[in-house]
Amino acid sequence: MGTISKRGLAALAVASVLPLAFGSFSAAFAKDKVKIAFVGPLTGAISPHGIGGRNSAELAVKLMNAEPNTKYEYELVVLDDECKPNVGVQVVTKIASDRSIIAAIPHYCSATAIATVDIFNRFKMPMVVWAAVLPEITYAKKYPEVHRVSGILIGQNRIGAQFMKARGYKKFVSFADSTDYGKSMNKYFTQFTLENGNEILGSFSVPPDQQDLSAELTKIKELNPEVIYFGGLTPLGARLRTQMAKFGINAQLEGNSGIMGDAFVNAAGPELAEGALTFFDSPPLSKMPGGKMFADAYKAAGYSEPPEAYGPFAYVATRLVMETIEKVGPDRAKVTADLGDVKDRPSIVGPVTFDDHGQNITPLTTSYVVQDGKWVVWEESEYVSGKRKLKNLP
Amino acid sequence: MGMIGQHLLNGLMQGTIYGLVAMGFTIFFGVMNVIKFSHGDVLTLGAFGGLVAVWAANALGLSVPLQFIVALCVAMALTAVVGAGISHFLIMPLRNAPPLNMLLMTMMVGTAIREAIRLFFPNGTNPQRFPELLPAGGFNIGPSFFRTDAIILIIAGAASIGAVYWIINHSKFGLAMRAVAEDTETARVMGINFGRIIPLTFALGSITAGFAGMIYALYYSEINYSMGLLLAVIGFTAAIVGGLGNIWGAIIGGYLFAGLQTFVVAAIPSMSDYKNVFAFVLIIVLITWRPTGLLAERGSERV
Repeated sequence: MGTISKRGLAALAVASVLPLAFGSFSAAFAKDKVKIAFVGPLTGAISPHGIGGRNSAELAVKLMNAEPNTKYEYELVVLDDECKPNVGVQVVTKIASDRSIIAAIPHYCSATAIATVDIFNRFKMPMVVWAAVLPEITYAKKYPEVHRVSGILIGQNRIGAQFMKARGYKKFVSFADSTDYGKSMNKYFTQFTLENGNEILGSFSVPPDQQDLSAELTKIKELNPEVIYFGGLTPLGARLRTQMAKFGINAQLEGNSGIMGDAFVNAAGPELAEGALTFFDSPPLSKMPGGKMFADAYKAAGYSEPPEAYGPFAYVATRLVMETIEKVGPDRAKVTADLGDVKDRPSIVGPVTFDDHGQNITPLTTSYVVQDGKWVVWEESEYVSGKRKLKNLP
Repeated sequence: MGMIGQHLLNGLMQGTIYGLVAMGFTIFFGVMNVIKFSHGDVLTLGAFGGLVAVWAANALGLSVPLQFIVALCVAMALTAVVGAGISHFLIMPLRNAPPLNMLLMTMMVGTAIREAIRLFFPNGTNPQRFPELLPAGGFNIGPSFFRTDAIILIIAGAASIGAVYWIINHSKFGLAMRAVAEDTETARVMGINFGRIIPLTFALGSITAGFAGMIYALYYSEINYSMGLLLAVIGFTAAIVGGLGNIWGAIIGGYLFAGLQTFVVAAIPSMSDYKNVFAFVLIIVLITWRPTGLLAERGSERV
């Protein structure tokens, strides 16, 4: 290191001045970065729903960052819970213990969400559930960190039972998965169906990954119900529908939010899905206040996967978290406190109001039926006009 | 119990799949004293190979029966090659190593196959829809509904079991196989090409897995990367309970396991979630009662 050449010196000088100039330049424009996390099933059989939610949350962040007057620049950290409680606990512990992540938008699967609520509380991390519908997620305990924009499965079962009674159905069989979610579905289905004076001939519970349903379906065939109620998620639902057909069981399928979405129709095929009913806590995208904006922006963003049923809710939850951070700053405690006061907050799915458990109480349960491979609002379907008929109508 | 015929048919269908898997285990053990845990994943590989073949045949515009034949041939050829490959490159070099090493090695090969399907097959983590290649529909006898495809598959499964039995007991290759099983050294002295017989034996055992994979895919119209896992455990259990090394034992074990599962759901529908627990507990009792299996391998006659 005896001598430094002239050229070397000049280069050094330029190198030391440049960052100074540009540094001060960008400081005037750059916003502080704030990290928020999205958690959902991105691999595995439930992944179409998780990817639809992820895209929608990403879209919310993109649109927010494009707005000129925001205080912060948002970065979405995306994690895969595989719809498994143990994996959910791992990834949530990871984000919750990372203090640079301010808030989370977690979970499609109820069985996963119920396993992680305690962690959010322990690490004091505010979160807004985007899709899981098990009542206990918000109502089992009163955690200030836990909020949810999606509905709870009690309402859809109440409306469903009334709907089936109004059609004149009397004999039901319940078929649910053996997770907390399926058990809860079966519990409220049973309660409301019996309240409506209808009969449940049998209840079946199988693990969500069980392939062979032949023994259960044989028994169901013997019971000969008018309606098979399904309380579970898309893969098992599609498997049930496929194997029902193979056994020549001609019962009406009564579903719920778990099979809502394009994924069910794709998996079962449009012919077999035809006429399947579901009760879902949201009007269709076209009827939502911001539905058209969301659909257009989603299309413009060029995602190849559909947003699925809960995409708009993932968008709303993400947007809500970012709006709160804008208001109170990137501080977990302040965000938690402010989310507790959300009342009549406008969103693309309609106004959001959290009750004292952080549960959104505004979702509107809507009845849907599959018609020509699409979920159609019951009142607008050809089934109402009598052009098409549900199965086994008395 | 008006549906007894139906339950019987369900049990037969599942028993055929279990029996075919168990038969593979028993062939490998009978000839090489190997417990090949990658067997279930070879089955999965066969089913996925069949699926790709159907896609290709469909793209070429072949008719449905031809698609079926192509898929079956590809599934069986693929599993045969993989089975022979595993034995030639992995089992043969390790044949003098402790049995535990061999067991671990086959488990790892199975995991590698399974993960490879998950990672490299497009959307491999998701269940794949398998096209329906057999005639749909069926007929009623009393209250029971007999699916045409199920009947075809049961007959095909039984025929394949018969074919394997014939190969082992009445063909020249089977004779050589039995000779190797009996006494490797003497068989070699007698001029039997040891290096060829072993891979061929593993190919034969793996073909049964490929066949079982196709039966599974056609019956359920759905396959996934991890389907071989539970099937391998059940197939292995069936082989043990029937008497490892005895072909009829494996088949009886397979039907027994399916029978137990079906019985639980038929008798107590609300217990359907527990059918595997129930079946495995009863199998434990059976194994305790007869540690060498229902039909123990006869000392002087193997396979």
